[in-house]
Amino acid sequence: MANLSKLATNDGHGENSPYFDGWKAYDENPYHPINNPNGVIQMGLAENQLSFDLIQEWIQKNPKASICTKEGIFSFKDIAIFQDYHGLPEFRHAMVKFMGQVRGDRVTFDPNRIVMGGGATGASEILMFCLADPGDAFLVPSPSYPAFDRDLRWRTRLQLIPVPCSSANDFQLEREALEEAYKKAQQANIRVKGLILANPSNPLGTLMSKDALTTLVSFINEKNIHLVCDEIYSATIFHQPEFVSISEVIQDPNVVCNKDLIHIIYSLSKDMGLPGFRVGIVYSYNDAVVACARKMSSFGLVSSQTQHLLALMLSDKEFVARYLEENAKRLAKRHMLFTKGLEEVGISCLRSNAGLFVWMDLRRLLSEPTLEGEMKLWRIIINDVKLNVSPGSSFHCCEPGWFRVCFANMDDHTMEVALQRIQSFVDQKNESLVKSEVLVIKDNKRRQKSLCLNFTASRLDESVNMSTRVMSPHSPLASLANGSNQDLNRTHQGLK
Amino acid sequence: MRLLSRKATCNSHGQDSSYFLGWQEYEKRPYDAVRNPTGIIQMGLAENQLSFDLLESWLAANPDAASFRRDGESIFRELALFQDYHGLPAFKKTLAEFMSEIRGNKVSFDPTNLVLTAGATSANETLIFCLAEAGEAFLLPTPYYPGFDRDLKWRTGAEIVPIECHSSNGFKITQAALDDAYESARKRNLRVKGVLITNPSNPLGTTMTKEELNLLLNFVNAKDIHLISDEIYSGTVFKAPGFISVMEVLHDKKLENTDVWNRVHIVYSLSKDLGLPGFRVGAIYSNNDTVVAAATKMSSFGLVSSQTQYLLSALLSDKNFTKNYIKENQKRLRRGHEMLVNGLRNVGIECLQSNAGLFCWVDMRHLMRSNTFEGEMEIWKKILYDVGLNISAGGSCHCSEPGWFRVCFANITEDTLNLSMQRLKNFVISLNSSSSQSHHQRMNNSRRRSLTKWVLRLSFNDRAPEER
Repeated sequence: MANLSKLATNDGHGENSPYFDGWKAYDENPYHPINNPNGVIQMGLAENQLSFDLIQEWIQKNPKASICTKEGIFSFKDIAIFQDYHGLPEFRHAMVKFMGQVRGDRVTFDPNRIVMGGGATGASEILMFCLADPGDAFLVPSPSYPAFDRDLRWRTRLQLIPVPCSSANDFQLEREALEEAYKKAQQANIRVKGLILANPSNPLGTLMSKDALTTLVSFINEKNIHLVCDEIYSATIFHQPEFVSISEVIQDPNVVCNKDLIHIIYSLSKDMGLPGFRVGIVYSYNDAVVACARKMSSFGLVSSQTQHLLALMLSDKEFVARYLEENAKRLAKRHMLFTKGLEEVGISCLRSNAGLFVWMDLRRLLSEPTLEGEMKLWRIIINDVKLNVSPGSSFHCCEPGWFRVCFANMDDHTMEVALQRIQSFVDQKNESLVKSEVLVIKDNKRRQKSLCLNFTASRLDESVNMSTRVMSPHSPLASLANGSNQDLNRTHQGLK
Repeated sequence: MRLLSRKATCNSHGQDSSYFLGWQEYEKRPYDAVRNPTGIIQMGLAENQLSFDLLESWLAANPDAASFRRDGESIFRELALFQDYHGLPAFKKTLAEFMSEIRGNKVSFDPTNLVLTAGATSANETLIFCLAEAGEAFLLPTPYYPGFDRDLKWRTGAEIVPIECHSSNGFKITQAALDDAYESARKRNLRVKGVLITNPSNPLGTTMTKEELNLLLNFVNAKDIHLISDEIYSGTVFKAPGFISVMEVLHDKKLENTDVWNRVHIVYSLSKDLGLPGFRVGAIYSNNDTVVAAATKMSSFGLVSSQTQYLLSALLSDKNFTKNYIKENQKRLRRGHEMLVNGLRNVGIECLQSNAGLFCWVDMRHLMRSNTFEGEMEIWKKILYDVGLNISAGGSCHCSEPGWFRVCFANITEDTLNLSMQRLKNFVISLNSSSSQSHHQRMNNSRRRSLTKWVLRLSFNDRAPEER
């Protein structure tokens, strides 16, 4: 066969990793309340499916926003030919309005710094192409979004250097860890060009405090390296404390910073739940980066039809305010339901107030506190419990036993089913832990009858009964249109 | 340490050429029949604006496609969530059928071999990422679309080596030219990975002959390299000879399941045929599974909006519409083409005989004061600043001979086209007038001034809409 490039044949896309097994398990056996109630429930997909009704209602009330309706068709021609990589001015203005509103109007963004990218995926890659050369490195606090490996490295040929965070301090990023990682890179002759992180964090769902961000800024300023903040989850905060954007930090007169080093990545895929529309944004405080990124955006412009729709939607301040408030409420409710349900069986999650997922602590369920132990547990969860969750190692977490579990991509009933499965699984695990202890005792005291045995037997019976009960669905789902639109529902975007 | 990457600070994006300067001038004082009748007429933009009414009437008759509804049911949620890089199956199916229809159904396309990308810009870049390492080269016949310098080279690090074509044989590709290009690459120590052609050609507006396609296939077969055929203008063929796709030739020669079958890839887009460049709909078609798989993963960096995929799947599934559109659109293109060719002929300017595209390849060699690219630039600037027409100079398309210009006709009304011909007529007359001596003197001075201005402008040049 004729030669293809290394890119075409290497594993840089990351899809040959074992983590895709979870995806495959789901694809082959997807849960459906009626057609496949024993199928795998998708909890590995960080999508926001809770607030579509609000957007749909807006679209219905605003037919002008579509260039194809009779109210909007007069714009069809101008929009259809508009391919200027500056983007529709009204789109850029609406984006800055929206981004400002999300930050409580504590910041004003400049529409001339808005550059489009093909989703945050495309936007991140564009930034890397602008900031670094092949072989250069970016520091990435871990645990981190798995697809950074592909988005930031694959075609750009950059290196990523993880800066590990641990549960000892709730996975907060420490300056010492940054200094350590930076020093090691220097010693290995690797040129560090910057630091990239998601804030709010994926997979943690936590926010960086203003102090933490200020420390970060001081670090990158001192080393003269770039800081890229992926704020894709900025409107998924559902509890105090409030979100502090990097944009707020650098406008503080007390914070010393070379603004040419600061860049933001944004997207509407999580906050508005519109991943299909491919709206990625690069926002840079560096003029040369804006100019370069804008030229590169040719490779992934947002469809003008979509720009037009969003220009109208996002500049509707009243709608946006209502949406942000209601969306946060629904996320809060879902988060609470899920975490409380987990607490009932003694499972705790990292305390979080943002994102579409929880960072679940299953360390005590590991057969051994190792990567193998984690993978073993993970396969059981996928194959036996039938939940596709994401193991911490896929996020480069250095401590085994943590799992990211998404809660906003399903309806209430499915959430309940998932919870019940987890609860039942944990109970069973507790049983077998006790059971194995009992067997040891039995071994040691062979001829002695023990009350424990009788106890155990009845508890085992209970668990069997419970599992039968749990597996049958309660009622058919009225809200989902899944059945008739299966061909739309396949996703192969990897862990998000 | 350099703060930004080399890519950010070099000029491989190619935007320092005159091609983009003309754009800038146009933006400063664009022609408008009422508000600015002496403004610059845009004839450097290969857009098809002749058939929007057909699209608009389809939309008016099909409200569901517009409002995220299918059979009256809302599918907004499903579309909003749909980010599968395999693309909306319904859209790929109809796109494959449309591509077939354009080729007179002489070839059929398998939707699973289609990869959707954000415009042909992204499709071409993605293919190069898949086929070449940084520093490796693709051969391209000249003249070629100026945007290729950015699309194929900038972020990929690949090189372009020209296959020089000449007016002596109507700019057709010859064996000698292919061999020369290959040799030239070898001398520069560049490993050649393939040939990229645009068929129909931009800027020539001609379709490739069977002979040329055979030549190319034999060449890539002998050298064990790839062939990319950018067929973005395939639906703009408005008269004989018809369009022959490289796929058709492969079929005719029964080359399925041979090595070369796996090395031919097609690029397509709806930006020219349907006149929808804003929607960013591009596609790669390949029979090579590995290429399809790799390109599909890479398309993550530039997927097509699901909103747009859905609208177009509805549009293209209406076979009555597509049949009528293709026919009517070609009729209008033929008319626009005739008007331009005749208009130019009336002032003694000939065009390369062409049968496709949204432009003509115009011969103004006889108007140059010197047979050089400086001479070409002189004319170009006069036409831009004095005549008020933005056309594209052949040098910016890497043409080996000075004096040729690409002039677009499908993005303006007939009235505007007539006006542009009138202005050109006046210009040619003035050129031929006997007072040319002092006229040239004056032109020299103003040229020197505008040259300085031009050089300064280049450094701050930052506007460039997408264009082909």
